[in-house]
Amino acid sequence: MILARGLRKSFGDFEAVKGIDVDVRRGEAFGFLGPNGAGKSSTMRMIASVSPISGGELSILGMDPATQGPAIRSRLGVCPQEDTLDNELNVRDNLFIYGRYFGIPKGEVNTRVDELLEFVQLTDKARSRVEDLSGGMKRRLTIARSLVNKPDLLLLDEPTTGLDPQARHVLWDQLFRLKQAGVTLVITTHYMDEAEQLCDRLVVMDKGLIAAEGSPRQLIEEHSTREVAELRFGIVDEGNVHEQIAEKIGDLGRLEVLPDRILVYSPDGEEVIARVHERGLEPIAVLVRRSTLEDVFLKLTGRTLVD
Amino acid sequence: MAASSTPAGGLTLAQGIGRQTDYWWTVFKRTWRGGIISSFFSPLFYVLAMGVLLGGFIEVDPARLEGATSYLAFIVPGLVVAHALGLAVGETTYPVMGGLKWHKTYWAQAATPLEARHIAGAHLMFVLFRLVTACGVFMLVLAPFGVFETWWGPILAFPVQLLTGMAFASVVMGISVRVKSEEAFGVIFRLGVMPLTLFSGAFFPVSNLGPVMEWLARATPMWHGVNLSRMLCLDTVDWSLALVNLAVLVSVTAFGWWWAARGLERRLVL
Repeated sequence: MILARGLRKSFGDFEAVKGIDVDVRRGEAFGFLGPNGAGKSSTMRMIASVSPISGGELSILGMDPATQGPAIRSRLGVCPQEDTLDNELNVRDNLFIYGRYFGIPKGEVNTRVDELLEFVQLTDKARSRVEDLSGGMKRRLTIARSLVNKPDLLLLDEPTTGLDPQARHVLWDQLFRLKQAGVTLVITTHYMDEAEQLCDRLVVMDKGLIAAEGSPRQLIEEHSTREVAELRFGIVDEGNVHEQIAEKIGDLGRLEVLPDRILVYSPDGEEVIARVHERGLEPIAVLVRRSTLEDVFLKLTGRTLVD
Repeated sequence: MAASSTPAGGLTLAQGIGRQTDYWWTVFKRTWRGGIISSFFSPLFYVLAMGVLLGGFIEVDPARLEGATSYLAFIVPGLVVAHALGLAVGETTYPVMGGLKWHKTYWAQAATPLEARHIAGAHLMFVLFRLVTACGVFMLVLAPFGVFETWWGPILAFPVQLLTGMAFASVVMGISVRVKSEEAFGVIFRLGVMPLTLFSGAFFPVSNLGPVMEWLARATPMWHGVNLSRMLCLDTVDWSLALVNLAVLVSVTAFGWWWAARGLERRLVL
C-alpha cells in the first residue's frame, strides 16, 4: 500500500524527514509513534500526496504521488491533525459536499452519508451546525468525512489529540471496527497507549529518523524488560540527589533517571523494590508495571514522548 | 486559462469546478439573504442620491459628459462597474483568507482529487455567478429610468461589467492567496477600491483630472471597464477604442486567473 525508501522532506534549510524506509501492507494498522516535531506529520502529508517529496522514493497504492496525485487522493481517506470541517455548514452538508468532491453521484452520496452518520453516532446531529459540536463529535465527523469515498487507505494524523478519555475510547472503538472491516489504517500519534491499542506494527520516529520498527510487543521485548519499577523520592532539592540514589541501585537493572522519578528496568519489579528497601532507601511512592512503548521510546531517545 | 497540464488520473478544469458546485450552491443558499440588500437596494439608493438628487443640481453640456444626456445617464454605466468592483474584491479577500486560514476549506478540498487550479477556478466562478446576479439586478432596476440609449447597448455592456469584475476578482485573489494576514485587505480597500471607484471615470469624466492624472486613470483596468460600459450604454461606441478596452480586460482577467491558481498551489502544496 505504501512503500518508502530513503524518504526525505525539507523546508528550506530545515530537514523534517531525513531518509526513512516504510512498508505498509494491505489490511494492517500501521503507526508512526514519536514526539511532536519528529517528522510524523510531514511524512503523513507526503503519503497523503499533498506535499511533494524532497528526496528518496515513495509509492502509494502502487502509484507515484508526483505524477498521479489526484488518482491516489481519490482512493485515500484523510483525517488531518487540525479539523478542516466547514463550521458554518451543518453536519450532513459537510459529508455530502465532501463526497461530491470525489465525483460520487448525488444519490449514492446521500446513502453513504446516512450510513456514515450512523457509524459515527451522529445521526441525531445531522442538522446541527458543526460549530455547535463537541471536540469528540467533530473528530468523529472528520473520520466519517474521510470515509465518504470508501478509501483503500485511511490516514489519521493524531486522531485523538485534545480529546477527553471517554471520547478517545469511542473513537478507538470505531477505528478498531474499521480495522476489522479490512481498512488499512496509518496512524500518527504521540500517545503510546493509542499506538499499543490500535497498531499491528509501528515505527518509532525521532528527529526525522526511524529509531525502531516492529509490533508493539516486539518493540517492548527487544528494547525493554518485562517490568518496570518506578521509584519516587519526593521533591529533591539540588539535582544530584537522584544521581546519588542511582549510584546505590545501579546494579538492580537498567536505570532511567527522570526529574520526578527513577525507573528501574527488570524482569521482576517486586524484587527490585525489596532490594531498594534492603539498602535503606525510602522512596515515598513505588509502582511496578509492565513495560510500555513509552519505555521503548525513552530507551531509544533518552526522552519522554509527551513533555 | 490556469496551469493546464492535467496529471494522470487528474480532472479537467471543468470537471474539477463542476464537483464543487454543490459546495458553492450551499454557500450561496446560506448567504444570499444578506446579499440581497446590497445587490438590490444599494444601487437604487445610489442612483437616487447621486444621479437623481445630486444630478438635479448638475447641468452640463452633453459634450462634457462624454455624450450623456443627463448626469444620471452618465454615471449609471460606471456605477454598475463600480458595484462589480466592490463585489469582486469583497468576494476574493476575506472569503479567500477564510478558505486558507479560518475555515481551512481549501485544505480540506486539496486532500481530495481536486487541485489548486480547480479550487481557485470554482471560487472565481462563484464570484462570476454573484456578479451575474448583482449586476443583472442593477441593470434591470435602472432600465426604467430611461438612461439607456439603445436596447442592445446595455445587453452588450452587461458582459463588460462582468468581465471588469472578474479582472479584479482574479488579481485580488492572486494577492489574497499570497498574503499572510487579513490586514492587507484594508490596504486593498483604501488604496485600491476607493480610488478606483472615485477616480476612474465612474462619477465624473477623467478629463477633469488634469492631463497627468487622466492618463494614470486611463491606465487602470477600471477605466477600461467604465469606458466600454458607458460607450455601449450611451451608444457612443468608438469601436477601435472598444477593442483596446476589451483587450485590456481580457488580458488582466487571464493573467489574474493564472496568477491566483499558481499562488494557491504554492500555498497549499508545501
